[in-house]
Amino acid sequence: MPTAIEAHELSKKYQLGEMQAAYGTLRESLSHAASRLAGREHRAGGKQEIWALRDVSFQVPEGQVLGVIGRNGAGKSTLLKVLTRITTPTSGRVEIRGRVGSLLEVGTGFHPELTGRENIYLNGSILGMKRREIDQRFDAMVEFSGVERFIDTPVKRYSSGMYVRLAFSVAAHLEPEIMLVDEVLSVGDAEFQRRCLGRMEELGSAGRTVLFVSHALSAIAQLCDRALQIDGGTVVQDGAPAEVIANYLHQTHSAGVERVWPSEDAAPGDDLAKVMAVRVLPHEGMPPGIMDVRRPIGIEIVFRVLRRGKPVFPKIKVLDRESTVAFNAMDTDERWHEPTPPGEYAATAWIPGNLLNEGAVSGEVAICSLDFPKLEHHAAVYEAVSFEVLDPGEGDSARGAFGGQWKGVVRPLLEWTVEPDPISR
Amino acid sequence: MSQSKLEIPAPAPHSSRPATDSDDRVDRLVVIRPARRWPHLDVSELWHFRELLARLVWRDVSVRYKQTFLGVAWAILVPVFTAAVYVVIFGKFAQFPAGEKNTAYPSLVLAGVLPMQYFASALTGSSMSLASNLQLVTKVYFPRTLLPLGSVIVPLVDFIVGLPVLIALMWHYDTWPNGAQVLLAPVFILLAMVTVLGLGFLFSAVNVRYRDVRYMIPVFLQVLPLLSGVMYAVEAIPTKWQWVLAFNPMTAVIAGWRWAVLDAATPNLGQTAVGVGVGLMLFVVGLAVFRSSEPRFADTI
Repeated sequence: MPTAIEAHELSKKYQLGEMQAAYGTLRESLSHAASRLAGREHRAGGKQEIWALRDVSFQVPEGQVLGVIGRNGAGKSTLLKVLTRITTPTSGRVEIRGRVGSLLEVGTGFHPELTGRENIYLNGSILGMKRREIDQRFDAMVEFSGVERFIDTPVKRYSSGMYVRLAFSVAAHLEPEIMLVDEVLSVGDAEFQRRCLGRMEELGSAGRTVLFVSHALSAIAQLCDRALQIDGGTVVQDGAPAEVIANYLHQTHSAGVERVWPSEDAAPGDDLAKVMAVRVLPHEGMPPGIMDVRRPIGIEIVFRVLRRGKPVFPKIKVLDRESTVAFNAMDTDERWHEPTPPGEYAATAWIPGNLLNEGAVSGEVAICSLDFPKLEHHAAVYEAVSFEVLDPGEGDSARGAFGGQWKGVVRPLLEWTVEPDPISR
Repeated sequence: MSQSKLEIPAPAPHSSRPATDSDDRVDRLVVIRPARRWPHLDVSELWHFRELLARLVWRDVSVRYKQTFLGVAWAILVPVFTAAVYVVIFGKFAQFPAGEKNTAYPSLVLAGVLPMQYFASALTGSSMSLASNLQLVTKVYFPRTLLPLGSVIVPLVDFIVGLPVLIALMWHYDTWPNGAQVLLAPVFILLAMVTVLGLGFLFSAVNVRYRDVRYMIPVFLQVLPLLSGVMYAVEAIPTKWQWVLAFNPMTAVIAGWRWAVLDAATPNLGQTAVGVGVGLMLFVVGLAVFRSSEPRFADTI
C-alpha cells in the first residue's frame, strides 16, 4: 500500500523571546531596543529555545486513520501545523501524496462584503480547489448549505448559522485525499465538533487517509486504526489505539490505584475502626488503573474493627472527573447487622460493568455505622483511589459504534424492548 | 433549518473522483522541508497557485469600492484632484518648470500623478498584505509571496481606470506620444511594480513583527512625490541633484513614462540605469528579508 504521509526526522524549534515580541508597537519596540542597548548580557541569557518537535518520524499508509494523542504542549498541534504547511519545520522532511484538507480552515478567507456565491469561489480557491471543480460542485454546495435564497446576498447579512453552514459546505466538498483534523483547535460549538467527527468518520470509511489529533480518547479508540503518542516533541508510542491509550492514561494518571497504611496508628479512623488499605482490583490484560468500561470494577477496602461496639459496614462514594457524585453505595448485607466482631476484613465493592462513563473516576471510602437518622463515619478516606475508565471501542459497549462525545456521569447498557410494529405484523 | 440539511455529503470513492488536469494538486507529491532562506521567487509554485492569485486580486478589486457612494469614480477623482492642486499651486503660483520640451504642465503633472498614485496604493496595500490577511496566513498554506504580489496588481486597476483622463489631457494639449516609444511605456510601469513589490516584501515582513510600518508609510509617501519629479520635470533641476534623485527608482519611472506617453524630454540613460539598478536591488533585498522571516510568519503574526 502506498504511503500517504512520510515524516522523516521532523524537528521544529521555537525561540521563546519570539513569542513575547510577537506583536510589536512603536513604543514597545523602542523600549525593547533601549533595554537591549542598556543590558546586552540580559538578552543573551534570555534567549531560550524550545523544541516543539524533535526527530519525529512516522509513515501513514494510504487509507489509514491515525490518531495522535498527547498532553497539552506535547507538540501535537505543531505537528499538524507543519503537515498543513502553515509553519515550516526547522529540519527534517515530510512527503505528502495527495491533497490535504483540514477542518481548521473552515470559512477561512470569507469576506463579509462578498456574496455567498463569490465567497464559495474565493474560499474554494483558498482551500485549493480549481475553478472547474468548484463549478462542478457549486450546486451541491449551495443545496447542502441551505442558503439558496441568499446566495447573492453579501455574507455580512447572514446569520451566524447560515455563515457557518455555507463555510462548512465548501470545506465538506473539498474531498481531500488526506484529512488532518485537530479537535483541540477546532473551537466551535458542539454541533460543529460533531459534524467534524462525522465528516472524519465518513472520510475514514471511504478509504481516505486521516490524521486525527484529539483529547477525546474514546473517539481515537473508536475511529483510528493506529495511534501515536507524542510527548515532549517526540513520538513515544506507536501502535494499536487501545494499547497506546491505555499506556498513555497510565503515565498521566496521578492518583493511586492503591493506598496502604503500614500501621494502625498511621491509618485513618477512630477508636472503633481503621481503614488499612484501599485498592482498585486490576483488570486482566490492562495496565493498573485503566479499567475496561464493560467489566465490573472491584474496589477493595481492607479495614480493622478494633473493638466490639456497633454494627459497622463499608461504604464507597464514586465521583467523576468534575467531582460530581456518581453514586454512594454501602454494604447492606445482614452480616453487618450485629455489632461487628473485632478483626480484619477485606470487603470488595463491585461496580457493575457498563455503568460508569469513560474518563477519570475517583473513589472515597468510609467505614460507617448507622446512628439513626445519621450515618456516622468511623473512618473515612477522601480521594482514596482513582482510576480511568476506558472504552476500547470494540462496539459492544453502551456507545456501540459511535465515536463521538458521550455525556453523562453514568452510561448504563440498557435493555430495550420494542413492541412489534402493528403495520408489519 | 431541518436537521437533514446538516448531514454531510458522503465522500465519493476514489475511483469516481472527477478527472482533473495533470498539474492538479491531487496527484502532486508535496515535500515539506525547512524553508530556504535565500531570496528565491519559486515561480513554478506561484504558477501553480495562479488561480488563487487571480481570486485574491479579484476579491480586493471587487471589495475596494464596496459601500462607497461614488464607487470606482474614486479611481478618477483622486488623481484628478491631486493633479489639479499641483497644477494650481506649483504650475500657476510657483511656476515650476515644465521641462526641456515645455510639455503642457497639466499633462506633465497628471502623467506623474498616475504612476505615483499607483505606487502609493501598491506600497500601502502590499505592506499591509500579510497583517490584513492574518486569518489566511495562520490557517492555510499557499506561497506567502502571493499576498504582496496580489496587492501590487490590484491598484493597476485604478491606474488603468485613470488613464482615459490622461488621454483626454493629451488630446486637449496635443501632447501625443512620438510613435513607437509609447510601446516602452509598460516597461516603466513594470519598473514601478518591481520596485514596489520589493518594498512590499520588505515592509510586509517587517510589519508582521512591528506594526510601526503602518505609521511610517504615510510619511514616506508624503515626501516621495517631491523627490520623484511628480510636479516638475527632473531634467530642469541642477544636474548634480538629478543624479541624487536618480537613486529613487520612481524618478526613472516618471521621467520614462512621460517620455513614452507625452514625448517629453528623453530621460538620461545613466540616471535611468541607476533607477533600474536600485529598483532591482530593492526587489532582491525585500525578497531576501521576506524569505528569511517567512518561517516565523504564522508564529508571530
